[in-house]
Amino acid sequence: MKVKVLCRNPDDYVRETTRDIQRVPRNYDRTLHPFEVPREYTRALNATKMERLFAKPFVASLGGHRDGVSCLAKHAKSLSTVLSGACDGEVKVWNLSRRECLRTIPAHEGFVRAICSRFCGTSFFTVGDDKTVKQWRMEAPGYRVREEPLNTILGKAVYTGIDHHQSEGTFATCGQTVDIWDEQRTSPIRSFSWGVDSFSCVRYNPVETELLASCASDRSIVLYDMRESTPLKKVIMKLRSNTLCWNPMEAYNFTCSNEDYNLYTYDMRYLETPVTVHMDHVSAVLDVDYSPTGKEFVSASFDRTIRIFPKDKGHSREVYHTKRMQHVICVRWSADNKYVLSGSDEMNIRVWKANASEKLGVLTSREKAAVQYNQKLKAKFKNHPKVRRIAHHRHLPRDIFKQKRELRDMKEARRRKEQNVHKHSKPGSVPIVTEKEKHVVTVVE
Amino acid sequence: MLASLSVSININCMVVHVFIFKTNLNRVFFFLSKRVRMAAAAMNDVEDDDEEQLSPDDENVISASEDEEGSDDERKHAKLLEAISSLGGRRRKKHVERSEASVQVSEFSVTAGGAEEKINLCDLLGTMEKTPGAPSKTKKQLRNLQNCKETLELPLSKQQTEKIQRTVAYEKSTKEVSRWESVIIQNQKAEQLVFPLKQEPAGPKRMEQVVAGWKAQTPLEQEIFSILHSNKQPVLDPVLTPMEKAAIKAMSLEEAKIRRAELQKARALQSYYEAKAKRGKRIKSKKYHRVQKKAKQKEFLKQFDEMMKTNPTAALEELKKMELSRMEERMSLKHQNSGKWAKSRAIMAKYDESARSAMQEQLQLNKELTQKLVVPSDDEEERRAEEEANALPDFVNEAEPVPDSANPWMRGKLTSEASGPDVSDVAAEPGVSDVAAEPSSGQEGEQHREEEEEEEQEEEEEKLLREFERKRKLRRNEEDDLAPQPREERGRSSPVDMVEQVTREEVVGEDVEISDDEEEDDEEEDDEEEGAEVVSEFNSLFNRLMQSGRAEPQQIQAEEAELLDEGLVYVRTMDDLEALGQDEMAGPSNAVPDPHTQTPSAEATTEPPSKKKKEIDPKEVLTKEAKTITVPLVLTAVEEEEESFAEQAAIIKEAFAGDDVISDFLKDKRKQEEAGRPKVVDLTLPGWGEWGGVGLKPSRQKRRKFRLKAAAAPPRKDQKLPAVIISEKRNASIAAHQVSQLPFPFQNSAQFESCMRSPVGQTWNTQNTVKKLTAPRVVTKLGAIIQPMAKEDFLKQKKGPEAAKQGAIPLRGTRKKGKKKDSR
Repeated sequence: MKVKVLCRNPDDYVRETTRDIQRVPRNYDRTLHPFEVPREYTRALNATKMERLFAKPFVASLGGHRDGVSCLAKHAKSLSTVLSGACDGEVKVWNLSRRECLRTIPAHEGFVRAICSRFCGTSFFTVGDDKTVKQWRMEAPGYRVREEPLNTILGKAVYTGIDHHQSEGTFATCGQTVDIWDEQRTSPIRSFSWGVDSFSCVRYNPVETELLASCASDRSIVLYDMRESTPLKKVIMKLRSNTLCWNPMEAYNFTCSNEDYNLYTYDMRYLETPVTVHMDHVSAVLDVDYSPTGKEFVSASFDRTIRIFPKDKGHSREVYHTKRMQHVICVRWSADNKYVLSGSDEMNIRVWKANASEKLGVLTSREKAAVQYNQKLKAKFKNHPKVRRIAHHRHLPRDIFKQKRELRDMKEARRRKEQNVHKHSKPGSVPIVTEKEKHVVTVVE
Repeated sequence: MLASLSVSININCMVVHVFIFKTNLNRVFFFLSKRVRMAAAAMNDVEDDDEEQLSPDDENVISASEDEEGSDDERKHAKLLEAISSLGGRRRKKHVERSEASVQVSEFSVTAGGAEEKINLCDLLGTMEKTPGAPSKTKKQLRNLQNCKETLELPLSKQQTEKIQRTVAYEKSTKEVSRWESVIIQNQKAEQLVFPLKQEPAGPKRMEQVVAGWKAQTPLEQEIFSILHSNKQPVLDPVLTPMEKAAIKAMSLEEAKIRRAELQKARALQSYYEAKAKRGKRIKSKKYHRVQKKAKQKEFLKQFDEMMKTNPTAALEELKKMELSRMEERMSLKHQNSGKWAKSRAIMAKYDESARSAMQEQLQLNKELTQKLVVPSDDEEERRAEEEANALPDFVNEAEPVPDSANPWMRGKLTSEASGPDVSDVAAEPGVSDVAAEPSSGQEGEQHREEEEEEEQEEEEEKLLREFERKRKLRRNEEDDLAPQPREERGRSSPVDMVEQVTREEVVGEDVEISDDEEEDDEEEDDEEEGAEVVSEFNSLFNRLMQSGRAEPQQIQAEEAELLDEGLVYVRTMDDLEALGQDEMAGPSNAVPDPHTQTPSAEATTEPPSKKKKEIDPKEVLTKEAKTITVPLVLTAVEEEEESFAEQAAIIKEAFAGDDVISDFLKDKRKQEEAGRPKVVDLTLPGWGEWGGVGLKPSRQKRRKFRLKAAAAPPRKDQKLPAVIISEKRNASIAAHQVSQLPFPFQNSAQFESCMRSPVGQTWNTQNTVKKLTAPRVVTKLGAIIQPMAKEDFLKQKKGPEAAKQGAIPLRGTRKKGKKKDSR
């Protein structure tokens, strides 16, 4: 007779190496693991709390400029290199990983208005108040060799913005007109003007590389095609737009930062109304930059804060501020989607994490799994009041908080008034204007 | 054409300078200096009429003279004189108006100065008609043009044209941009996006890819490359030669898949056979191997026969081989029981069964090997027929006259059980059988072997049956232990049965505790038993056929009883459950015999086969009994439990003697219901509208007027549940954790709740599921630059036709579009 004995396969419980985790047999029967929803809810709540606990977004401050930082630019090929221009005409090249200044160039007299890197990363362009466009080599000159520009173009008027083409040797400047330049020539190959005498910003579309957009002083945003002789269209808004940025993953969407404390995301095919109005700032928005994934953008404001908005949400998901940070003039999102750089009035460039509570560096697979699980839980229970309250709470400086409240009250009052007017007038005589429609004056063809 | 003429005129020692500007054919401007004018005024005084008689002819003359200005002065002078003289003539035709140019000349086109001066097309093309060289076709066209009266429209203003240009350009660029829509929507909907979008494949690269930028420089390299090129060998990126590519193309994916499946199947089969062989090899049973060998031999013989027919040469080879082995055997003393081992066995043979059988085996082997091979012939066929006859069931053989009825081994395959009672030496049965086995195995080994051959045919079924039987026995034994009652019954039925019972118990005991030395014996016995059982089944069938006429009503009764009893079978283990199923399968054959046939009187009347059957009968009786048996042990246990319950109940009753829980509960519920009911609010104020004071009540009318009745509350949830109270109050402590509004993407609360209910964690899901569920929406690579979307990567397919389409848009079409926009 055969006697059956208990048999164990060592494969089931012996680790292959001592570094492996212990194998744990699991039974997924739900009756053995009751209360799944409450347990996960508790986990989600804890995850949310931990997220807020570990939210330390400030990474570094790069000091060295002797005047307010007026412009920032990313290196096209190197993540660790950043260029910045100051209001005293100095341009600095920074190494982010070492957090030090590599190079200082006295580039212009007066402000350095804008910087842009060439697509190959070998040189960069600056424009300044001295009516010049200068091209500089990216690598530093030898010891005791004077910093001299590769090229200098003398213009007739002040240039206020510059942007380089994504893959060709052309760049665009703006000032009195929007000019398209060939790198090899000293005069623009094309010059656009449309009844406006001053532009503040010009940006190439990174996807449809022949398209451009600019912000003009007549409160308008003008679209151009480099191949055409005329501009394409312009939309005039209630207040002036300071800068704009194209979405790097969506060819037809761009976002502009406006003087009326809001940002507007437009679809260039339907300029009549913005796709989304992003509001949270309490002062003029000075700069905006998209994340390289095209899912979010960061904005810098005169109210001394930086905010991060999801591209399709009306309100920000994050606000960064420090006691010492003054009016933030320029902001950029790093090309690896991990950091945000901001240049402000008080001469510092600050490096922030794009996700405040994210752990930096390489994660082990278990850490990664835990993070992902927590993210999922947070997303799942985001509507529960306790979770939402913790996740949405941000500390704000007192004045900004007060201003925000004030603005909210004003808005509420305005809305109430509108409602009343609508209520007490002849039906149909007072149309209901939505928030999106309010800010566009006209579209000019 | 602009020309200037200066004519110097001497009239009364005065010089007149005349500048003539000719701007066009029909337009001549004269700019006269003041002096000329003065001179003209003077001349007016002299000859008033002559002033305006400057004829075109003269003009022409003057204009013609300009070319020859410097050539000869004489002629010039003559002409001048002539001209001056002509001034005096009275041939004035008409007055030519001369005016400021800028007023009439439009910036867009040239207009005619006056209506009369208008130049027609025919004026210009008049010469065309006369020239013979011009083709008639163009002439015709020109004529048509002459007849055409329409005029061209005014060109648009600069603003308007620019606007049109802008709209056209804008439309074009929107169309271009819209191509991205599908890509963008796809990305928005994607479960997961991995950045950078254009990632190079991980892992090692091919050498060819790495050195793609490298070029042959030295003469040696160039030479090598030229050779490679000449042989059509791949140099850089395409690693495959054209031949290889063609081969790859030739083998389609489906074919490859089919081939792969075939290979997989073959591998599986192979492994299966290997496993089977391994299993077979591991079996320790000698008998099994013996049987196996026999089967192989048989198989080989069959094949050999076939080979004889199909391939005689190969068969001859085989035959030779066999002959060789036979010769070897005959030469050697190998299986002749003459070796050392065989001698020792021979000594032991007296006492040891196994030794005896081993010796026998050796001899048998020798016999087999030395047997002369017989070429199959008609005789063989006869023998086969005989074999077939042997293979028939035993009860058929039974009818044949048995050569030696005294020898139990000669009576076919009857069991020792069957023979035992016959001999009526029950107590000494094993010993007797042993004694009997010795001579039989010695004398009639051959016969025994033949029987075995037959057995092996039925081996499969036998095995199954044996299993069934064993299980049944085991169960029965257990039941016997439990129930003394049926044993009594059995005892009453026949004393033989008692014996049977004892033997069976012994058998069971053996099953449990087999010792090594007894193994062989047991096996043999088992085999015999099995044979007997099979026989008994057949016998029973046969018997039933015989007795069918007599025992029908009783049978029906028995069957009915069986049907009724079905419910009482007590199943305790899985084995029992299996056995039950088998019982039911084997039911009809077992259930047929009934106790009446087994009475001694019946026994006396029946023939030997029936008697034999009767000997086996008790078993069947037992099975039947088993079904009707009540299970006393279990019952007692139940009773005990009941008792304990009762006790407990009593204790509980005692402990909670004063409490009336149910009525309390009902009261509670009623109270809750009362509390939930909306109350009537009485708002009457005494003294208002009537006299008030001590002892005065407000009137009923007034009270009715000010009594507010609230609407009936919705029905309670526990209205129809008598044993439950469901509280419908909102619990603030729970509400803090509850979602108050339905969140955005959800359509209804059920959807939301189901989403919430499914857990994500590792505790409830397998690892892969968790991985899938918690996959992040956006994945970025550490330290990688995320470039913007590139046109080349995403619009590759669409680009060609689109571009062609755009190029094909005619200019006129775009202009029309622009106009439409304008009109709007």
